[in-house]
Amino acid sequence: MTAATANQRYNYGTAIRAAFEYLLGNYADTFVIGQGLWSPWYVGNTMTDLDKKFGKERVIDTPVSELGCTGAAVGASLCGMRPIVVHPRIDFMLFAMDPIVNQAAKWSHMVGGQAHPGVTVRAIINRGGEQGAQHSQALHSWFAHIPGLRVVMPATVADARDLLIASVLCCDPVIFMDDRWLYSQEADLPPVVELDLASQRPQVLALGSDLTIAAAGYSVKLAMDLRDALSQRGVSAEVVDIRVLNPFDAMPIVNSVSRTGRLLVIDGGWRTCGLSAEIIAAVSERLPVSALRAPPLRITLPDAPAPTSRVLEKIYYPDLKTILATSSSHFGF
Amino acid sequence: MDDIHLGALADPARFHDPIDIGSRDTAELVGYLQAMLRIRKVEQKLAVMRRDGSIGGPVHLGVGQEAVAVGVSAHLRKSDRVFGAHRSHSHLLALGSSIRGLFAEVLGKDTGLSRGMGGSMHLWDQPNGFFGSVPIVSGTVPLAVGAGLAAKLRRETDVAVAYFGDGAVEEGSVHESLNLASVMKLPVIFVVENNLFSSHMHISLRQPSDAVSRFAVAHSIPHELIDGNDVVAVAAAAGRLIDSARSGGGPGLLEAVTFRWYGHVDWREDIDVGVNRTTSDLESWRKRDPLARLRQALEKSRAWDPDNYSRINATLDAEIDTAWQQAEADPYPEHSALLDRVYGAGKS
Repeated sequence: MTAATANQRYNYGTAIRAAFEYLLGNYADTFVIGQGLWSPWYVGNTMTDLDKKFGKERVIDTPVSELGCTGAAVGASLCGMRPIVVHPRIDFMLFAMDPIVNQAAKWSHMVGGQAHPGVTVRAIINRGGEQGAQHSQALHSWFAHIPGLRVVMPATVADARDLLIASVLCCDPVIFMDDRWLYSQEADLPPVVELDLASQRPQVLALGSDLTIAAAGYSVKLAMDLRDALSQRGVSAEVVDIRVLNPFDAMPIVNSVSRTGRLLVIDGGWRTCGLSAEIIAAVSERLPVSALRAPPLRITLPDAPAPTSRVLEKIYYPDLKTILATSSSHFGF
Repeated sequence: MDDIHLGALADPARFHDPIDIGSRDTAELVGYLQAMLRIRKVEQKLAVMRRDGSIGGPVHLGVGQEAVAVGVSAHLRKSDRVFGAHRSHSHLLALGSSIRGLFAEVLGKDTGLSRGMGGSMHLWDQPNGFFGSVPIVSGTVPLAVGAGLAAKLRRETDVAVAYFGDGAVEEGSVHESLNLASVMKLPVIFVVENNLFSSHMHISLRQPSDAVSRFAVAHSIPHELIDGNDVVAVAAAAGRLIDSARSGGGPGLLEAVTFRWYGHVDWREDIDVGVNRTTSDLESWRKRDPLARLRQALEKSRAWDPDNYSRINATLDAEIDTAWQQAEADPYPEHSALLDRVYGAGKS
């Protein structure tokens, strides 16, 4: 094997950095804009030294203006650039809802498909550590509700790199949500092959015959851990990694459930009107009632803001122990 | 900064005289007159058609404000990037956009500038430099900053223009945009049409000063504060700011004081719902008519045959009637447009 084709070891964080390096190195019309881009404090190991390699003109650390900077990225995208806005926490990105929801998501439709804001908004989920209600949110379901936005949640190291590249190369606005709880995941990756984001679908990550577990982002890791735990009890679970939440293609999940007869959704967002509800509805309306051997189950965050006290935080985020107990009891495993 | 106020510019009893055209070229001035008259007649047609029920959606008319867009556009080229707001027919037409395209758009026809998907409030004509208008107040201001950023990153000399009103400066988004454009030295021209009203509310009920230029001072952006109903003054001030932005001098803010003759939306004058909007004020403002003041200046100069005016009028009337008839006969979008235009990628 030559160096150019050899696999290389990455973790989820450095895989994101590799995507930026690939984009900035190969596409002159890409630039990155957001708060903290010149500081590891905000973006972990995902952007280290990119400003030194590609210049501070293309890797722009900004004033404290989420709305202004996101809107500027949308405007630049309408001029043919491929901007990536980085929001180190989704919570602060809520200032930028007008450029994202009213402008970027609507633009193609309301100008008759004659212009497309090909902006990528990288939103980092950064929770835990007693940070509390305004430093913890995972709002993927919100964004997936909006026609016109593509919503991407990479769960694997490969997707962290390759779906970010695909998002930036796509002509539509994309919300790309990565999760700091995944940054230490490691994998060997082959050299980049560019993917067409519009043809990316949910993927079966591990085969099984007794239960389908559907999840996105960090919840996929929980799903894989649960699969290991269940296998020790002789239960064979299939894991479907959703990857792209909008436009949402339910068929890979429907097909899986039609074989396993059982559906568990794990979601790191809230329950009401959330991703878990959408998946269960999408499966229910496509399969005959007789196809299910048990009612579907969902495990989500409780419908409450994230607490700070460690005692409450411990029960707030589902862990393997609670997921195993809840699903075993529900399905009788 | 406390001393920035509009003063006489906000007094409707002032500036009724013919504008000062100095030694300006007659052809240039006639061009302004034609462009303003074209906008006015198109909007008056829209007012009538909206009143009569031929137009189903809202139209925000800017009759009385034509000099701003015409003066600014005198210095723009097709590769510049202009962004508008809810009251943007003039910004679009001043760039030379098709009247039929605008009418068809307002009627929701497939031949419309936005393929019938936008209506009056979401206009688009990028081939003529119009990147889009939206009704979310201040919504396009940061987008224009991004268009300026794109020009700077590509080492282009194009400028971005953001048109907005005095109400928009009450949105935080405008201040983020001014700060960003200033600190990054971007080629963005912020054009504020200060018509003293946001929807129904007079500026004195919304802001401690009636001059928006104070925000340019706060953000270290050069500004010009002028009579927005004097097309020559608008063109001169816009020219200075645009030339500076093109040559790397960073953003500029143009505050053009003007007045809309119709109410906030549609054909009514909105005297009854407007807070501080009186019949006598409106009558006075009509005397600060940007069209009449230029026409009178031209006639006074004797460099121009007054009969030209009726000829221009008749030509425009015929053009507008034809455009309306064509737009009415044009087809609506196919039903498939509803879903096909949500995303751009993945089309076969």
